[in-house]
Amino acid sequence: MRIATAKESYLQDEALFDSRTQRVWAALLGLALIAYPFMANDYWLYLACLVAINVASATGLNILTGYTGLVSLGQAAFMGLGAYTVAVMEHHVGGFFLLNLLAAGVVAMAGGIVVGIPSLRVKGLYLAIVTIAASFLAHFLFVNSGFTGGTGGMTVPPAQVAGVALDTSFRIYWLIVPVTVLMVLGAANLFRTRIGRAFIAIRDRDISAEVLGIPLLRYKLLSFGLSSFYAGVAGGLWAYFFRVVTPESFPLIMSIFFLAAIIVGGMGTILGGILGAIFMTMVPEVLRILVGLLPVSGDTLQFVSPVRTIVFGLLIVGFLIFEPHGLAEVWRRIRRFFHLWPFRN
Amino acid sequence: MDWLFLFEVVLAGIGAGGLYALAGLAFVIIYKATQVVNLAIGEMLMLGAYAFFAFAAGMQWPIPVAIMAAIAVCAVLGGVVERLAIRPMLGESPISVFMVTVGLGSIMVGLVELIWSADQRRLPEFIPNEPIFLGEAFISPKIFYSFLVAVVLVAISLAVFRWWRGGVALRATASDQGAAYAMGINVPRVFSLAWIVAAALSAVAGIAVGAIGGVSSSMGIFGLSVLVVVIVGGLDSVLGALLAGLLIGVLEALAGAYLGGEFKLLITFLVLVAVLMVRPYGLFGTREIERL
Amino acid sequence: MATVDPVLRVDGLTLAFGGVKALNGVGFEVMPGSITTVIGPNGAGKTSLFNTISGFYRPVAGRVEFEGQDITRLPAPQRARLGLARSFQNIALFRGMSVLDNIKLGRHCQLKTNIFQSLFYLGAARREEMELRADIEARIIDFLEIDHIRHAPVASLSYGLQKRVEMARALAMQPRVLMLDEPVAGMNREETEDMARFILDVNAEWGVTVLMVEHDMGLVMDLSDHVVVLNFGQVIAQGKPQEVQSNPEVVRAYLGSGDVSELRERLRTGRARASGAAADNGLQPGASAGGGTPPLSEVA
Repeated sequence: MRIATAKESYLQDEALFDSRTQRVWAALLGLALIAYPFMANDYWLYLACLVAINVASATGLNILTGYTGLVSLGQAAFMGLGAYTVAVMEHHVGGFFLLNLLAAGVVAMAGGIVVGIPSLRVKGLYLAIVTIAASFLAHFLFVNSGFTGGTGGMTVPPAQVAGVALDTSFRIYWLIVPVTVLMVLGAANLFRTRIGRAFIAIRDRDISAEVLGIPLLRYKLLSFGLSSFYAGVAGGLWAYFFRVVTPESFPLIMSIFFLAAIIVGGMGTILGGILGAIFMTMVPEVLRILVGLLPVSGDTLQFVSPVRTIVFGLLIVGFLIFEPHGLAEVWRRIRRFFHLWPFRN
Repeated sequence: MDWLFLFEVVLAGIGAGGLYALAGLAFVIIYKATQVVNLAIGEMLMLGAYAFFAFAAGMQWPIPVAIMAAIAVCAVLGGVVERLAIRPMLGESPISVFMVTVGLGSIMVGLVELIWSADQRRLPEFIPNEPIFLGEAFISPKIFYSFLVAVVLVAISLAVFRWWRGGVALRATASDQGAAYAMGINVPRVFSLAWIVAAALSAVAGIAVGAIGGVSSSMGIFGLSVLVVVIVGGLDSVLGALLAGLLIGVLEALAGAYLGGEFKLLITFLVLVAVLMVRPYGLFGTREIERL
Repeated sequence: MATVDPVLRVDGLTLAFGGVKALNGVGFEVMPGSITTVIGPNGAGKTSLFNTISGFYRPVAGRVEFEGQDITRLPAPQRARLGLARSFQNIALFRGMSVLDNIKLGRHCQLKTNIFQSLFYLGAARREEMELRADIEARIIDFLEIDHIRHAPVASLSYGLQKRVEMARALAMQPRVLMLDEPVAGMNREETEDMARFILDVNAEWGVTVLMVEHDMGLVMDLSDHVVVLNFGQVIAQGKPQEVQSNPEVVRAYLGSGDVSELRERLRTGRARASGAAADNGLQPGASAGGGTPPLSEVA
């Protein structure tokens, strides 16, 4: 138990940051996020944007898989739906980029709800495989539908704000990071209310949830819809960031990446989604540096990709066997250590 | 309507279906014994193909020796994987174990890419070249002989499960390990045996698939069709794997011939969704009953 | 005295699994404000009855009426909304959540915030959550004496406490009828007494009608206003606890077929023969049992 954190009202008890130290840390984090772009170079800004996009998508997947217990291998496909929506809207409609992002979310959400329809009858792993099927269907659509540019894909013009084009990492940071922060806060709020609790109830014991009056299909569809909305917005941000969208941009392996991210980070916790996304995004970068440092002659770059694939698999297997509650649990243990210090237990 | 062409396509589909059935058999053995859904089945095939490639092309061993060696190596790997990655997950939720197999598949792909790069390779030719004819219909010899091997293996397995008392022991360990232990069944040994046999069978399938279409690090995509086959057939049914394998093989061949190559997987997945909507546990699968 | 309508009525309920009839023409009434208990030997169909009333099984014949409304075809989540709450034989708490969150879920179908309000939280959602929290703390947590474990993860609680949390969750539903499936199964003496007190308090102070399944005869006799006896899917007796207790049909159901007095005769002669043989070895004969049907409490 933490010292000096007795609550004096239910409001205090239920707050997101429920002690003064937590609020101070949160404020510091906010300041750090604001100061970061002014102190980082282009490469680190690029990484920050990529991490933020992944955090947004991972948080969405966490809502569906971590909190509601519906395993999905279709997150990348929903991101693709969002990215293509942005691309198509920029080409055919123009318009305000925030509206395009919203449309991206809505289109992906519609896709998510359709994929979720079997979820009442089809359970567990079978549903996961249906989501794989959905990924392939999406890929097929991206290649073969008339207005998505076929195998070559589409380019995306930069988002425009008051005549300023968001075409550098510095500028687009100010779009991506606040949107991500809002999405993460929204998810955290969700699980303080009845709908979030209902999701967890469905995960833990759906028969009991029914007895309590929770209509299963409606809430499962809500979870699918919300998580794919998140994926769609993340995909839209992705489109504005990379400015090119092709059918190969969102392969099945990317869905596996996000699933690995929430496993490594910790399923069913908001912090887990954040930590997992950061970790999984940074691992390839760290690897690239490491491989570059190795005393191996010749072009070591060709080894980066397979080594990354191996490490990726090792992370999934390793965390599942040794640390199934993920980095969030490790973080909790570290915090507990500091809270209790100098006591041990 | 070119009936001859249709017949040839169906034959080719049946031939491919035999390989699906064989890979499906490997999957079902693992599921029957350990209740694990092995998403890395495609990658296990890939390892078999590459092992054969290493022995036959790399080390220039005679073909029969290379085949035996590849099967043996894969069998050993199967046992090692079971011991290191699956055994510690005993008792965990099936979704976690499923994710472990996803991770394993990734490791296998990475290893293959590391050693051989991601390029596509051709396996040394060892299947007799003379075209086979059924009446006027042409059958590719590679497909024909692979089909024979696959069907023989599946038939042997069907017989084994029907008449060997170990077949019941296998199901016992899957459904209730504690009770199986109490009956004197050596549960860990059953687990290892299941993975070893399954790895050996998938090696055979992998060599065949590699002989037909070449090997590459993305061969594992074969596993997705196999997954559909076992789901449609029922995760724990050998007969189901056979029938569903043939069905999916024919459907894919028809789709590929009349609609185009990119439609093959699409049709397969549409069949999957259709079957699951009608029968959420597959055509022959056993329904899970929840006690209230 | 004016006739009062039953709050729950089951009529001619028949439930079949394939050829097996789990329930065969079951009918009884539950009066508002009463504590009604369903008893019967194992396999009699008690849990099937509960599951049918809850809405998980569809009967092949008969009706279930709740406050005069026919709910036989109504899906389970909607029955909850009408005020029918239930607990399970095996604890059905949500293991990934704390005690407080589990209890809050009980109120789920009466809360109103939608998804947009939830994501934003400040404003409507927060107000509703605070009201909910205050209400649960004041009326339920205090009442069931679980304030010391309100934030504990339910998986870490003892069996008795988990059952109490389950009741708390059911109470949060503000039910008209509370169905308890073996509320004291597996509890020791002290936990059973605590639970009995809570059941009585819920019935008296909250005015909740209680319908339970139980095996603990002491609890059944002490608490119930009305007892319904089930055997092989049929109601073989119902009435006040004392009436049911001395009903020979009921005793036979628990003991098996055959006249009880005949069984006692056999036991007595058997003992006499054994003691006769023992007397040859110098042992005392045991006391013989009295005649007539024994009360149920001795048998169960």
